[in-house]
Amino acid sequence: MDLSYSPQEQAFQEEVRAFLADELPADIAARVKAGEEVSKADTERWHAILQSRGWLAQTWPEEHGGPGWGPVERHIFDEEAARAYAPRILPFGLQMLGPVLIKFGSDEQKAHYLPRILDGTDWWCQGYSEPGAGSDLASLKTKAVREGDEYVVNGQKTWTTLGQHADWIFCLVRTDAGAKPQAGISFLLIDMKTPGIEVRPIKLIEGGHEVNEVFFTDVRVPAENLVWKENDGWTVAKYLLTHERTGIAGVGFSIAALERVKALAARTMRGGKRLIEDPLFAARLAEVEMDLEAMKIFNLRMLAEAQRVGHPGVETSMLKIRGTEVRQALNDLYRRALGPAAALIPGEAPGGNAALVEPEDEAAAASYFNNRKISIFGGSNEIQKNILTKAMLEL
Amino acid sequence: MNFEMTDDRRMLADSLGKLLGSQYGIEHRNAVAYEAPFHDKAGWNALAELGIIYAFVSEDAGGMGGSGFDLLAVFEQMGAALCPEPLLGAAMAAPLLAEAGEDLEPLLAGEAIYALAVDELEAPWDAEGGTTEGGAALTGRKTSVYGANAATHFLVSARQAGKLALFEVKAEDAAVTPWGMIDGGGAGEVMLDGTPARCLLPDAGETIAAALDRGRLALCAEAVGAMDWCYATTLDYLKSRKQFGREIGSFQALQHRMVEMKTAIEQARSITILAADRMDGHTTAMAKSLVGRTARKVSEEAIQLHGGIGMTWEYPLSHYAKRLVMLDAQLGDADFHTARVAGSYA
Repeated sequence: MDLSYSPQEQAFQEEVRAFLADELPADIAARVKAGEEVSKADTERWHAILQSRGWLAQTWPEEHGGPGWGPVERHIFDEEAARAYAPRILPFGLQMLGPVLIKFGSDEQKAHYLPRILDGTDWWCQGYSEPGAGSDLASLKTKAVREGDEYVVNGQKTWTTLGQHADWIFCLVRTDAGAKPQAGISFLLIDMKTPGIEVRPIKLIEGGHEVNEVFFTDVRVPAENLVWKENDGWTVAKYLLTHERTGIAGVGFSIAALERVKALAARTMRGGKRLIEDPLFAARLAEVEMDLEAMKIFNLRMLAEAQRVGHPGVETSMLKIRGTEVRQALNDLYRRALGPAAALIPGEAPGGNAALVEPEDEAAAASYFNNRKISIFGGSNEIQKNILTKAMLEL
Repeated sequence: MNFEMTDDRRMLADSLGKLLGSQYGIEHRNAVAYEAPFHDKAGWNALAELGIIYAFVSEDAGGMGGSGFDLLAVFEQMGAALCPEPLLGAAMAAPLLAEAGEDLEPLLAGEAIYALAVDELEAPWDAEGGTTEGGAALTGRKTSVYGANAATHFLVSARQAGKLALFEVKAEDAAVTPWGMIDGGGAGEVMLDGTPARCLLPDAGETIAAALDRGRLALCAEAVGAMDWCYATTLDYLKSRKQFGREIGSFQALQHRMVEMKTAIEQARSITILAADRMDGHTTAMAKSLVGRTARKVSEEAIQLHGGIGMTWEYPLSHYAKRLVMLDAQLGDADFHTARVAGSYA
């Protein structure tokens, strides 16, 4: 066995590091590090930098503008980008819709939409979840009725991430109410400027705004915006979800989080000694680090297998569970390392003789609460366990 | 054995529950909790008129309670309603003022609002670790002073002649930097720079430690009240939310987690009752550690079992969850108190 990257992969890692050191704007990285909301402008700036290097559409084939990377290259990029506090690449156009159009779209759809995703013309959001259809996506109710050359859409989507910025939304809609739950669904592209669409913000637990409700009232959508076949959207949806679940372990985020907790605990004085020397705190940190070290190798084993057989296996569900647990444990330790000062609302840190909390640590508690979401979204950890149960146990 | 509350305490708890239910509905609560001064004067006055603060003081000193069970009766209700009013400061100030032989009437009537200024940046939760010094005037920096925005008086721990003493500082004499807290309510930093102070107790180490432990007991009771609410709300949700054609509560994987949550809450309630009975540092430390760990677990489980809706500001659970997680960091987190317990083995 050889656990190290191949010489080519090592060279690639160096190349990514050098690129991030040279090209990632320091002001954006500082905002990401401080847990501030990444603005639309920041995201667009970073996407443009990546695109100028040809690294933006990482899962697309080369003929459509992708870099031609395999799962290992993508993993190396993700890990290095997270450690450098790069903003995440928004997945909706690039990692979800793009591959769907490449596989299922018409030639006209590919020619029109793909270049606009790459150059940032269109900001996409996802219209899958509904109030009654979260994990159980097949029970969705938003209706699209064909009238001549148009579909008329009525219904409601929810948890629409960054939908407040979006130009377009790709939606699952019910086109045949009489069919079985997973049949009669279609995949539709809808311009957010169409009359009858209303976006309402959902304020989250820590006070931030990243998700929305989207209401459709008699929204008229040209029939040419249907992707693949009417009533066969489930095939498209399933394909998209396999793309949503790549990179789900979030190893890079956890490595960065571990480094921060260690640094904070090393400079925090608690009762006359450094917090990192507190045996209870140190033991908790040590346990998470062990889990993380194991998970890095688990992740690489999964990637090697995916590289070999051409697709990720059921282990992705285990990685999703453990990856989110490790990240949440690190968020928890980070918050606890700040003691009572963690309760400070970001932006309200008082001055005094010395800052009570360093600016980069102000959002520790907010991040802890916000990241409760990672074990819920993308198929909750309970759903992942159901997937594993079905795939492995034969009970 | 009798685990029933006395009639007097039950009546107090019931009246308090009704008052909080009518005056601190979640929308009003959130408006008060997330906006300076994090305090509703009318609500506070109603609490005082109900005689809540009398429950923190023994009959000898002019009150009508003062036992651990009195604290339990009051703070469970505060937790269940998520009330942000600075009652914790009153519960800790009462024994300190009584020990010092001060006139308790302004405290009991709710006219004077006290906040404890004990924590320092490098010595949170531990009065003995502080470096503030003085006599007729104090110099130092006190952090995490809960209720600092509303306080009329601060009770400050500081070194004097080699001993830990207790001082009173009038709010108008101190430089207070207020801040809002993520779980609602306000805290603040109190900067003392030759600030006029009156010494209440010249040798107050043990008295302050006991007052802090009373505060910890109150927080345990608050957590129990809030955890009960989270459990009941989560159970309701599991019975009403349908996925895959049935109530999600019909899934055994979720049922077991609810049972585990309920068991953990009963454990937390039990050790809180024990601490209320004994009122000693060792048992209180055990209670605060166990309750702190349980509160975080219950909060995380309640959110997870709700899914996305539990993550939203609009749904009341998210505010209970924040309070439950953050009260662990108040007056000593689980690790701090576990270390106190472990220290007794030496």
